[in-house]
Amino acid sequence: MNGETVAFYILAVITLAGGLVVVTSPNIVHSAVALIPTFLGVTGLYVLLSAEFVAGIQVLIYAGAITVLILFVIMLTEGGTGVRVRQRNEQSALGAVVALAMAALLIAVATRVPWPAGAGALPSYTPGAIGQSFLGPNLLVFEGTSVVLLVSLVGAIVIARKEE
Amino acid sequence: MLLDWAYVAVFAVVGAVMVALPLAVIWLISPRSAYPLKRETYESGMPTIGQAWAQFNVRYYLFALVFVVFDVEIIYLYPWAVVGRSLGALAFVEILVFLVILALGLVYAWRKGALEWM
Amino acid sequence: MPWYLELLRAAAGTVIIFSAVAVVAAMFGVLLERKISGWIQSRLGPKHVGPQGLLQTLADTLKLLQKEHIVPRNADVVIFSSAVIVVPLAALLDYVVIPFGTTRWGPLIFRDLNIGLLYFAATSSLVVVGILMAGWGSNNKYALLGGLRAAAQMVSYEIPIGLALVTVAMLAGSLSTVTIVNAQAHLWYVVVQPVAFLIFLTAATAEVNRVPFDLVEAESELVAGYFSEYTGMRFALFQLGEYGEMFAMAAMAVTLFLGGWHSPWPGPSLPPVLWFVIKLYAVIFVFMWVRWTYPRFRIDQLLGFSWKVLIPVALLNLVATAFVVMVLHR
Repeated sequence: MNGETVAFYILAVITLAGGLVVVTSPNIVHSAVALIPTFLGVTGLYVLLSAEFVAGIQVLIYAGAITVLILFVIMLTEGGTGVRVRQRNEQSALGAVVALAMAALLIAVATRVPWPAGAGALPSYTPGAIGQSFLGPNLLVFEGTSVVLLVSLVGAIVIARKEE
Repeated sequence: MLLDWAYVAVFAVVGAVMVALPLAVIWLISPRSAYPLKRETYESGMPTIGQAWAQFNVRYYLFALVFVVFDVEIIYLYPWAVVGRSLGALAFVEILVFLVILALGLVYAWRKGALEWM
Repeated sequence: MPWYLELLRAAAGTVIIFSAVAVVAAMFGVLLERKISGWIQSRLGPKHVGPQGLLQTLADTLKLLQKEHIVPRNADVVIFSSAVIVVPLAALLDYVVIPFGTTRWGPLIFRDLNIGLLYFAATSSLVVVGILMAGWGSNNKYALLGGLRAAAQMVSYEIPIGLALVTVAMLAGSLSTVTIVNAQAHLWYVVVQPVAFLIFLTAATAEVNRVPFDLVEAESELVAGYFSEYTGMRFALFQLGEYGEMFAMAAMAVTLFLGGWHSPWPGPSLPPVLWFVIKLYAVIFVFMWVRWTYPRFRIDQLLGFSWKVLIPVALLNLVATAFVVMVLHR
C-alpha cells in the first residue's frame, strides 16, 4: 500500500461521489456544480498515469470552460429556477436490474480477460513529446481537429441564432 | 513528478482549510440577531419584484461557446510552443494552417454577430 | 526525504504563502490602493489608524470579522457557501508556480511544475466557476446578472492571456516558470515582445475585474455585482480572491516579461527576492494608476475589445514571433 495506491483510492472516491451527485441530485444546479469534483478527481487520475499535460488540459477545459458553459445553459433555461427534477419513474426497478447486470458484465470482463501487458517503456506524455507527435506522425489528426472545431463553432452559432 | 502534484494537492487542501478558518471564526463570534426582514434579498431597499431568474439573453451562451472552441485551440498551441522551433519550417506551416482555419471561425462568428452583446 | 517530512514541508509552505498573500496582497494591497487613489486625487488616504494609516486594513478586517453572518432567504446554502471558498482558493492556487527569487539552494518557488504556464491558466479559469456559483447562490437577480456578466467577461479575456503565455513559452521553449525566468538572464522578454506584454497586462486587468473593466462590480451599476449578498468576512474573502488574483497576475507578468528575479544590470546588486518584489510593486502601481485614471468600459465595448482587437492582435503577434523564431533557428 504505497502513496500512489492511497492517492488512487482517494481520487476514485472523489470522482465517483461527484458523479453520483451529478446523476442523482434533484437540483440541476447542484448536479452541474458537482461536476467540478468529478473533473478534478479525473485530473488526479491523469496525474497518477504520468500524463500531467493532459491533467492540466482537463482542468483548463473541463473544470474551467465546460462547467461554465453548462452553468450558462442551465441558467438560461427553466431549469435555472430550481425546478426539482424527478429522479425516479415507473421503470426504476427494471433499470436498476439492467444496470447491475451491466456492471457485473464489465467487472467480469475487466478481471477475467488476460490483458497483454504492454512491452517497452511508457511513452512520454510531456508537452514536448506530444507536440512532436501531432506535428509529425499524427499531423492529419491535428489538422482534422481544427476542422472539427470550426464545424462545431459554425454549427452551434447557427443553432443558437435560429430564433431570430 | 508525482511529488510535485502531491505538493499541489497538499496546497489545495491546506489552503481550503485556511480559507475556511475565518468563516469558522465568524461563526463563533458573530452576533446572531437575524430576523426575517434581514434575510430578504437585496434590491436597493425595495421588496423584490419577480423571481430571481428572468429570461436571460442567449448572448451569454454564445460567448462561452466561442470561448470553449478557442480554449481548445490554445491547448494545441502549448505543445507546439515547446517544440516548434526545433521542427523547422514544416511545423510553422502546419500551425499556420491550424490557426488560419480557426481564424476563419472567429471571422464567421464576428460576421454573424455572435460577438455582439445585445 | 520520508513522506511525513515532505508533507510537513508542503503544509508549511502553503501556510507561509497564504499568510504572505493575505497580508501583502489583501491587507497591504488594499491600503496601497487607497493611498494611491488618494494621491492621484490630490487628497490623503487613510492616515489615522497606525503610523501613516498602515494598520487601516487590519482594523477593517477585525471589524468585518465581527459582522453578522446573514444568509438570504431562499439562497442555495450549499452553493452560496462553497463559492466563498472556491474563489479565494482558486486565486491562491495560482501562487504554486510563481518564482519569488532564487537562493543558493535553488529557486524560491513552491513547486516548479513542468506545465507551469498551463497550470496558471487552468487555475485562473477555476475562479470563473466560483463567481458563477456566487452569483447563482445568492438568489438575487442583480447578483446573478453580475455573475453572468463577470463570467462572460473573464472567459473572453482568458484567450488573450493564453495567447500571450503561449508566445512567451515559444521564446523560452518551455512551460516551466523557472526555465522562463532563467532564459531572461541576459534580455528581458518585454524588450522582445512588447505587444504580448501589453496584451497580457490589459487582459489581466480585465480578468481581475478592475477598472476600466470593472462593470460587473461597479458600485453604481449592480450594487456589488455577484457578491451583493455576502456580508462581513465572506465579502472580505472575495476581496482576498480578487486582490490575490491581481497580485498573481502581476507576479506572472514580472516572471514572463520583466525577468523575474534578475537584476537589470550584471554584477552584484540587491538580492533576487528584493528585485522581484520591486518589479511586482511597479506593476501593481501601474494597475492602480490605470484604475484611477480611466473611465469604465460598457459591457459591449469590453467584450468587443477582447474578441475583435486583443485576440486578432495576439494571434498576429504569435505568428510573427513564430516566423522570426523559425528563421533565426536555422
